[in-house]
Amino acid sequence: MRTETRRLVEAVIERGLFLCAATSVLVTAGIIGVLLFEALLFFQDVSVLDFFTDTEWTPLFAQKRFGILPLLTGTLLVSAIAMVVALPAGLLSAIYLSEYAPSGLRRVVKPLLEVLAGVPTVVYGYFALLFVTPLLQDIVPGLAGYNALSPGIVMGIMILPLVSSLSEDALHAVPNGLREGAYALGATRMQAALRVVVPAAFSGISASFILASSRAIGETMIVAIASGLEPRLTLDPRVPIETMTAFIVQVAQGDAATGTVEYRTIFAVGMLLFLITFLLNMASDWLRRRFREQYA
Amino acid sequence: MRPRPPTTPRLRQWGDRLLQVMALLVLALALASLATLLYDVLADGLGRLSWQFMTSGPSSRAERAGIYPGLFGSLWVMAVAAAIAVPLGVGSAVYLEEYGGTGRWAHLIEINIANLAGVPSVVYGLLGLGLFVRALQLGSSVLAGGATLALLALPVVILSTREALRTVPLSIREASYALGATKWQTTWHQVLPGALPGVLTGLILALSRAVGETAPLIVVGALTYITFAPDGLDSPFTVLPIQIYNWVSRPEAPFAENAAAGIIVLLLLLLTMNATAIVVRDRLQKRRA
Repeated sequence: MRTETRRLVEAVIERGLFLCAATSVLVTAGIIGVLLFEALLFFQDVSVLDFFTDTEWTPLFAQKRFGILPLLTGTLLVSAIAMVVALPAGLLSAIYLSEYAPSGLRRVVKPLLEVLAGVPTVVYGYFALLFVTPLLQDIVPGLAGYNALSPGIVMGIMILPLVSSLSEDALHAVPNGLREGAYALGATRMQAALRVVVPAAFSGISASFILASSRAIGETMIVAIASGLEPRLTLDPRVPIETMTAFIVQVAQGDAATGTVEYRTIFAVGMLLFLITFLLNMASDWLRRRFREQYA
Repeated sequence: MRPRPPTTPRLRQWGDRLLQVMALLVLALALASLATLLYDVLADGLGRLSWQFMTSGPSSRAERAGIYPGLFGSLWVMAVAAAIAVPLGVGSAVYLEEYGGTGRWAHLIEINIANLAGVPSVVYGLLGLGLFVRALQLGSSVLAGGATLALLALPVVILSTREALRTVPLSIREASYALGATKWQTTWHQVLPGALPGVLTGLILALSRAVGETAPLIVVGALTYITFAPDGLDSPFTVLPIQIYNWVSRPEAPFAENAAAGIIVLLLLLLTMNATAIVVRDRLQKRRA
């Protein structure tokens, strides 16, 4: 091939590859565009004030009320339960795997934890509804067949590997000099881990916590199956509730016609969901960057 | 290697012991719940697995229902997702890793991909509904569903491909340039083959995650009651996880058995994919060594 043609081919290929990479920006633009377009139409019918202050969410009933609060509290309740399970357990196993575990055990445990993270969420939903809920009903008095507790716990188990592996990465990045210094001052392994290594990795660990909560808020199928699809403004984990994600699935399953307010609600709810998870992801990313700079 | 603390008096070791015992307890509990989940599903569903279950469509009578349309729907959608996500994802990764460098665009794209990886899957469903189903008028077809999953898998494909490209030593590129090869010749003939095991593993893992997705395809409008396998890109479809969800949502016990049997099929599909990934990686690495 002549040099001229060669050069042309190279330039064309580079352009093509750039276009591939640029599609990811288009995807983001597409998400924001679609959500914004339908959500703006939604807010022509429903006032923003009602949306955020009304305490009833009944868009599928004859008497329509559009208060997001029940969905929001439902989402936060389930996510909080998941965090109560995943954060301490994840951090503890991260400390163990990073500071104590013999490398043989770590090689066995880490892939097994990854399996836990790879199980499809619809399977976890099945597990929550048909195994964990009946089990909990023997222990927790007044627990309904659909509730926030059981999906919350199962979601915590699902998210644990994420917290554990990201926190372990953060602990791992703490230079050994800090551990040696602590030992030189007479610290035990636990004192070095809890008082020196964990505080040193604090921003990395909090980044993993925030990412985990974002994942919990966006999780859909576990709650769609096991939490009951009944929007309710409550913090009682024993009764049926509905999350933002489960509502989107519920409406999409039905046959809300395009252009109706019911149809547009899912985009308004999706917009809010996107905003919340986006902010959390950004915060997590910022913390992780700061952490990396500390020990770079 | 971690530094070791000097030997401490026995009395001061109780904290270490306690922490280790608690951590092992947590890990044991997590793995036990995984084992319980698998046992529960197998116990409920194994009896329902049969040739009839694999070859039938949905039915209002649980013992006549089967997974056939869902299984083939999943395979179709996965093929479409792969056809879109693989060239786009690998192309993006090559651009960012080999060409992009440090420009402002590259930086923007990078941040953007990191963000996309954190967008909840149900939101991708809304994108698919608004963009593919409505705006592009594809309807709730295999093509719309596959394209939605492709976008969902894209960030994972890009991130894993970049990681694989990074494992190819710089010296290989330099040697290629020294022989007069252009950038693309170097990338195509040296770097990509060198990174292939890692790239393929990442692709299969990204696709296996996409196959397990339920929510985005429900939002895109995949049907739950469909008696035939898709016969083209414009065909309506259902997928395994949606069929499972549909059965779980029914109150009658026999349908729960169907759901469990469906889960076994889904997990076997994922297991096959992951095993393929491992075999492919080992084969290619051995050939290279």
